[in-house]
Amino acid sequence: MKYTYYPGCSVKATANLYQESIDSVTPLLGIELEELEDWNCCGATAYMSVRELMSFAISARNLALAEKHHRDIVTPCSACYLVLKKTNQYFADYPNLRKKLGQALEAGGLSYSGNTRVRHILNVIVNDVGMEKIAGLVKKKLKGLNVAPYYGCQIVRPHYYGCGADEENIDDPDNPVSMDRLIEATGATCVKYSMKTKCCGSSLMGTEEKQAMKLCMEILADAESNGAHCIVTICPLCQMNLDVYQSKVNRLFGTKFNIPVIYFTQLIGLALDRPAKELGLGRLAVKMTRPMKQILQGA
Amino acid sequence: MLKREVVYESVLDHDFLDEIYSLPGGQEIKKCIQCGTCSGSCPQGAVMDYAPRKIFSLIRAGFRDEVLESNTIWYCSSCYTCAVRCPKEIKITDVMYALKRIAIKEGKAKKGRKAAILSNNFVRLVNKYGRNHETELMTRYILFAEPHHAFNFIPQGWKLFSNGRLPIMPHKIKNIDQLRKILKKVDELGEI
Amino acid sequence: MSERIGVYVCHCGTNIAGKVDIDEVVEFAKGLDDVTLVREYKFMCSDPGQSLIQKDIEDGLINRVVVASCSPLMHEKTFRNVCTRGGLNEYLFTMANIREQCSWVHVDVERTTDKAKDLIEAAVRRTRLQEPLTKREVPINPRTLVIGGGIAGIQAALDLADAGKNVVLVEKEPSIGGHMAKFDKTFPTLDCSACILTPKMVSVGQHENIELMSWSEVEDVGGYVGNFNVTVRKKARYVDVDLCNGCGACWEKCPGTRVPRKGNVHEKLSLGPVTSIFIPFMQAVPAIPVIDAETCIRFKNGKCGICAEVCERNAIKYDMEDELVEFEVGNIILATGFQPFDPAQIGNYGYGIFDNVLTAVEFEIMNCASGNTGGNILMADGTEPKSIGIVHCVGSRDKNYNEYCSRVCCMYALKYAHLIKEKIDAEVYDFYIDMRCFGKGYEEFYDRLLGEDVRFVRGKVAEVTEVHLEEAERGKLVVKVEDTLVGSIRRIPLDMVVLCTGLEAHETLPAVANLCNVSIGKDGFVIEKHPKLGPVATATDGVFIAGACQSPKDIPDTVAQASAASSAVLSMITREKIEIESATAEVNEDKCSGCKICNTLCPYLAIKYDEEKGVSVVNEALCKGCGTCVAGCPSNAISAKHFQNNQILAEIEGILRSSSGQAGILA
Repeated sequence: MKYTYYPGCSVKATANLYQESIDSVTPLLGIELEELEDWNCCGATAYMSVRELMSFAISARNLALAEKHHRDIVTPCSACYLVLKKTNQYFADYPNLRKKLGQALEAGGLSYSGNTRVRHILNVIVNDVGMEKIAGLVKKKLKGLNVAPYYGCQIVRPHYYGCGADEENIDDPDNPVSMDRLIEATGATCVKYSMKTKCCGSSLMGTEEKQAMKLCMEILADAESNGAHCIVTICPLCQMNLDVYQSKVNRLFGTKFNIPVIYFTQLIGLALDRPAKELGLGRLAVKMTRPMKQILQGA
Repeated sequence: MLKREVVYESVLDHDFLDEIYSLPGGQEIKKCIQCGTCSGSCPQGAVMDYAPRKIFSLIRAGFRDEVLESNTIWYCSSCYTCAVRCPKEIKITDVMYALKRIAIKEGKAKKGRKAAILSNNFVRLVNKYGRNHETELMTRYILFAEPHHAFNFIPQGWKLFSNGRLPIMPHKIKNIDQLRKILKKVDELGEI
Repeated sequence: MSERIGVYVCHCGTNIAGKVDIDEVVEFAKGLDDVTLVREYKFMCSDPGQSLIQKDIEDGLINRVVVASCSPLMHEKTFRNVCTRGGLNEYLFTMANIREQCSWVHVDVERTTDKAKDLIEAAVRRTRLQEPLTKREVPINPRTLVIGGGIAGIQAALDLADAGKNVVLVEKEPSIGGHMAKFDKTFPTLDCSACILTPKMVSVGQHENIELMSWSEVEDVGGYVGNFNVTVRKKARYVDVDLCNGCGACWEKCPGTRVPRKGNVHEKLSLGPVTSIFIPFMQAVPAIPVIDAETCIRFKNGKCGICAEVCERNAIKYDMEDELVEFEVGNIILATGFQPFDPAQIGNYGYGIFDNVLTAVEFEIMNCASGNTGGNILMADGTEPKSIGIVHCVGSRDKNYNEYCSRVCCMYALKYAHLIKEKIDAEVYDFYIDMRCFGKGYEEFYDRLLGEDVRFVRGKVAEVTEVHLEEAERGKLVVKVEDTLVGSIRRIPLDMVVLCTGLEAHETLPAVANLCNVSIGKDGFVIEKHPKLGPVATATDGVFIAGACQSPKDIPDTVAQASAASSAVLSMITREKIEIESATAEVNEDKCSGCKICNTLCPYLAIKYDEEKGVSVVNEALCKGCGTCVAGCPSNAISAKHFQNNQILAEIEGILRSSSGQAGILA
């Protein structure tokens, strides 16, 4: 199974541990990722706040480059996923915008016909690899590990850009289950809690820090009170917020959270018995806790 | 914020609704039934000057400055919860983006000063390298937006750096010229 | 005594058994005089439960029945039928309500059980004294009277006539059609009102089974279900219906006018001619004019006669007089409709003061192609308005006027907004409190209007004024309103304001309702038999209701209710006979002093004074056995069958001298 891979800026920097775990597990799952040559930033939320057409244009450059390969473009970042999906949707829905984008791309010697399908790597693993295959590959059942799946917002919303939807799988914007099933396939226990799609406030962390940390606090508190040993996420921005800012949340709200926040690919790596270093687990700001390590050793 | 006085029709901008309506993603805005699902769903609803529902009532009535100068648009974290729940399928998050752009363009983003600095610097970096460079972005942001609180950012910066998650050097894409040609063309074409 | 009473105690699942100790009650009942057997069962109303009783009767074990279960409202009929099936007179049965009046309203099990015992003992004592009564039947006249010729009356009359039944349709106006005939478009589909109504009007006019009495009013109603005697006053038309061919020469030449002159464009907001001899609108059925004697110059001073001169068929008859017609019908359908609220009562809205403040009906006529503006929206000075405000809830949802919601205004307001946007280039402001779009396609219509650039402002208009506080308001009507969604008080200058007046019961309703012996609620509308389960029937058998006389209604609901009323009538007619209450009052003629007090007390008008005998006589067909006369008779001359004094006293004794020892629980 070969895909065009669009990592996004974060995965190449603050989320390099995500990339390391993807590099570690995807070959074992039979996924071949070929990085899109010379890709550029998707624009994320910030670009859209300043220039709309430009934001779509830089996003469309990636889609145009990918279209040449006639393969799905796969990204591990929820923000990139949303922006690329949205670009496709606007490209289809608004003829005037489509025309202008065409002219802009043409100036760069490119063209785009709107046929690059955008997918999140979670969708690929859940649907293309499948639960049965993953369960069969598991070497170390993560029995006893309580894992809270945290989807965040942009992977499941909004559905009118096709987010959360894939051919075989349409995940609910308020109660998605694809990662839940994946957690169960590793032998771990999926923690039921209500904050799994609530916003972590990532885009506010620089500008309205207190508000963003309040959102993080609520997510961490709900996961903790439902017995989670760790939180598993699929988005570089969510991971950074919940992980790197956890100590600051504790200071601000007087809480004592000590919950590792890992990527779902790191969880799969643990179940496939890959070494922690290879999975980038050493780069976590909140390190693996003792109970978690004991469970992993006992598994 | 709204002034507590009688409002005359002559001071209201009745073209504002159509201005938003005519943007891609704005088509459903007139269909708002003011149910408040958006405000109730918004994680920031309580700290906004006006929660999203009221923003739409203000747009409809023509309170242009009140909308553009409010903190509401800068508190939107683009989580799309309102948008997926809206019973009239209004693309609320996209409308918020549109309002941000107009506010920045018209210099009305006083309450979004920091967000505007962040966004503008983000755009500058992407235009320069083709990619975001998180280290430089944070440095520039702190320098321009919060120079007096720089120390606030040190602990988290250190956590990233010490774990090898903060590269010093930016990555510049090879074909940056191509990207710049595209952007130049957009400038010529004008925004949507 | 040879009475053998069977007592049946129902658990009603846990409804009764959860609070009443059934075993204890059963043991208690066994000890009561004349009780020969006691049984308990989970659900007495179920088939097996009913069979228990029926079998005991058939086996000759019992000859009187007490069922201790729920309210008689729920299942008295069920158990009476069981008695009949078993061969026992149903009036030898008594129900003890140990659910609604016992287990549902008390908490303490011990005391609840005691109360159940008391209620059962009371029922047993009463049953012992009950007498068998025989059922009676009266025949039903298959002809029906429909009062009111709006869309409700038209639909009801057509349904019955199409089923082959004779109908008399009485309409007080010169033509049938009612309010619907004045509308241009109907919401939410915007189909032309006349186009869908006139075919029905023509059908009424031509139907062999419908006798149409227009320009007529019901004068008197006597009798009872199946056999009503009706008197109708056919008002003098001053035009011979058989001679007139509706050519129109008379009203074209008539110098009189029914409509006061205003001296502006809005002066003649009427569909038909405004002359003294007139038809109300051009599609009138019958298309025969009438002379309005109040404004006719001939009737005022005898100096005219033009209409008679121009009539080629000599149909004008100035000497015509009102005529009284008597006939019999079996059932009556009330369809008197509504009248619009008069907004002149609300001083702050300026109706009657400002020329360009209009009522909904005026605006409706202005929009109607056959109205005098030819369907054009014009201000009083004849120019086109550039801005129009539509004000919801005028006289509705307001305790100063009418507390209820008139149900149709939101939708016709939206229709107006649409028509304005379609016809002219004007800004439309729609001032609403809540947008109530409950019907099929209504919310969708609202959604459509939201996209049509109407400026919706949520807030009840405080006032309409001409005071201008800034230049842009000069020469305008200014609406002052709180925009409750924004939280600001706004002043909005407008050229025209349309008041969406609510619906009130028609002013003729109280008199007609009185004749038919149906009650009017505090909202002014007819009280139906049951607000949910009997919406087309009334407390008087044989009198049904359709349309806005019951409550404000839109056209679809009115038509549905009209068809429901006619089907209820058809069901009566098809039965041919109707069973009437056996538990009626009877007058002991030896004791009656002929004081007539009971005649006026009876809510069903069932007691009449017999001049020859000098005593009052109960008409058993009308009597419902309510007992009002029994209590009111100063000579103790009236008794109610099945509610004899000794029966009721025995029941009270049962409670007061209860063997349970806990005496005195009555409530």
